[in-house]
Amino acid sequence: MADNELDHGKRRFLIAATGVAGGVAGVATAVPFVASMLPSERAKAAGAPVEADISNLAPGEMTRVEWRGKPVWIVRRTKEMLESVNQSDTKVADPRSERKKELTPEYARNEFRSIKPEYLVVVGICTHLGCSPVDKFKAQPEAFEADWKGGFYCPCHGSLFDLAGRVYKNKPAPDNLEVPPHKYLSDTRLVIGEDSKEA
Amino acid sequence: MAAAEKQPVTITCAGPLNGVLSGVLTWADQRFPLMSLWRDHLAEYYAPKNFNFWYYFGSLAMLVLVLQIATGIFLVMHYKPDAALAFASVEYIMRDVPGGWLIRYMHSTGASAFFIVVYLHMFRGLMYGSYRKPRELIWIFGMLIYLSLMAEAFFGYLLPWGQMSYWGAQVIVNLFDALPIIGPDLSLWIRGDYVVSDATLNRFFSFHVIAIPLVLLGLVAAHIMALHEVGSNNPDGVEIKKVTDPKTGHPVDGIPFHPYYTVKDTLGAVVFAIVFCVIMFFMPELGGYFLEYNNFIPADPLKTPAHIAPVWYFTPYYSILRATTEDFMWVLGLALVAYSALLAGTLRIQAARVAVAAIAAVLLAGFFTIDPKVWGVVLMGAATLIFFLLPWLDQSPVKSIRYKGTLCRSALAVFVIVFLILGYYGTQPVTTGGTLISQVCTLLYFAFFLLMPWYTRMDKTTPEPERVTG
Repeated sequence: MADNELDHGKRRFLIAATGVAGGVAGVATAVPFVASMLPSERAKAAGAPVEADISNLAPGEMTRVEWRGKPVWIVRRTKEMLESVNQSDTKVADPRSERKKELTPEYARNEFRSIKPEYLVVVGICTHLGCSPVDKFKAQPEAFEADWKGGFYCPCHGSLFDLAGRVYKNKPAPDNLEVPPHKYLSDTRLVIGEDSKEA
Repeated sequence: MAAAEKQPVTITCAGPLNGVLSGVLTWADQRFPLMSLWRDHLAEYYAPKNFNFWYYFGSLAMLVLVLQIATGIFLVMHYKPDAALAFASVEYIMRDVPGGWLIRYMHSTGASAFFIVVYLHMFRGLMYGSYRKPRELIWIFGMLIYLSLMAEAFFGYLLPWGQMSYWGAQVIVNLFDALPIIGPDLSLWIRGDYVVSDATLNRFFSFHVIAIPLVLLGLVAAHIMALHEVGSNNPDGVEIKKVTDPKTGHPVDGIPFHPYYTVKDTLGAVVFAIVFCVIMFFMPELGGYFLEYNNFIPADPLKTPAHIAPVWYFTPYYSILRATTEDFMWVLGLALVAYSALLAGTLRIQAARVAVAAIAAVLLAGFFTIDPKVWGVVLMGAATLIFFLLPWLDQSPVKSIRYKGTLCRSALAVFVIVFLILGYYGTQPVTTGGTLISQVCTLLYFAFFLLMPWYTRMDKTTPEPERVTG
């Protein structure tokens, strides 16, 4: 054994083995740190459905309710507003909400994107980068669109949505506004975050 | 063993405490490389004698870093990183904490001052070719500092929990959401919640006060160590180490950093402090550019302000993000085809040509199958990262703008103008005209970098002098 010559092969093997074992331990140690940044159990639990009373909503008005920390808009559309949705069919990118099915529940996959044409229920978060668009219901020439039929304008990056939450063509936002799961408890009360299959 | 053999430190200026001071320094020097650090980095660090106005901004950046750390320490004593308390705690600092308003304005003005100084420092590098061989690593460390600084500013901006804080964070975190496959999970992980919330505020606070500052300090140390290893560049872009005094071995065109440049930088610091104080005392909001008016409204997750824009130092990149629309993808596609044809035409190796064509084809397919939103994010990221490639894109035989020709000079001038225009439109609401101008500027921005290997070669340069011109 009293050999002065180094066994380079063995030394290399030991270095590699130590490196691999240390690397595995390092990655394993990183797991709890990375995991600690995921949503906590408390954050996950705070997603219950909310109820909205729409008895006071006049035609042409909008109300906001908070669901899972996001704004949900309820718009009571007038005849003219529904007509404007018809007119914007050619201007919007996805008129029948066929692109991303998860954004529109089946019962809202129609031209007006709603259960009852009169009421529009959408999550007021732009599908581009998450700003909350502004309501510009009046049909009049605007700086962002000369032939404006009324709808929503996102101040952050200029995306436009019609009065059914459908995104205009050639805008930064790729998709229509999300219609949250919802159902009517009565004519004037609805619940957001929950639906029944036959609604 | 070396420590015990070190020579005693002698102080040359006369005074009654001379003996005591020399004794203390000798004692310390035998236990710590005190005098060698002093010599290597200050007293015998030979810097070119022809530094001009543009050479103030490196030391000013360090000054602002110290200012931000010092003011930050005192702000944290009163600030509360809690979504329910944060906004009020900032108002508390502004109204009730003795001198709190001053410390906070120092910190907020310092944030913008940091970027002004760093942008001017980077412009100096662009002008005099300070990124060229052998200073590539200095440039890379510098760019990492710039990226860390952007992260630091972004995390810090959420802390006042105003409307701009909230919606700014919402937009930037959602940028990651756009990435294919991993995007949604990644942004969820960054926020720690389904929306920007208390969890997000808490972790951003942690990043802002401890994680990024530590990274910044480490990078600044690396930046300076690399600089002092190769030596400073100068407005002529010639290496002063080429001509040395045979007796001393020091560069003939070099002067010791201390006292020559410590004195010069002190003058710079004084002028800077005057300008800084004028802004801090008389216009801390600077017309909404340094502190945005909407940020004096508490964060409201249900309502985005009518007009949102990032703070001025991010707006050039923000413009690039907004410029990337569906129509623009056609222009980008065309530009990509033209560029890859140019690149393939220049390359001599067949395999490299095939690789270029293949990469171009994949990108082109991606342009029209993946959302323009994703490409907006990619372009914005590329616009910051492309600076890293400068040392290899610049093929000019000379370093400094002084000896470059009209082509390079015009390219740099156009780039600066384009950067400013993009910055301006990034602060404005979206208009059709603004988008069009931003799109043209986006193309020019990338052309400055991507065409550099060609125009720097074609440019008519004049020969560099042997020694600096003073």
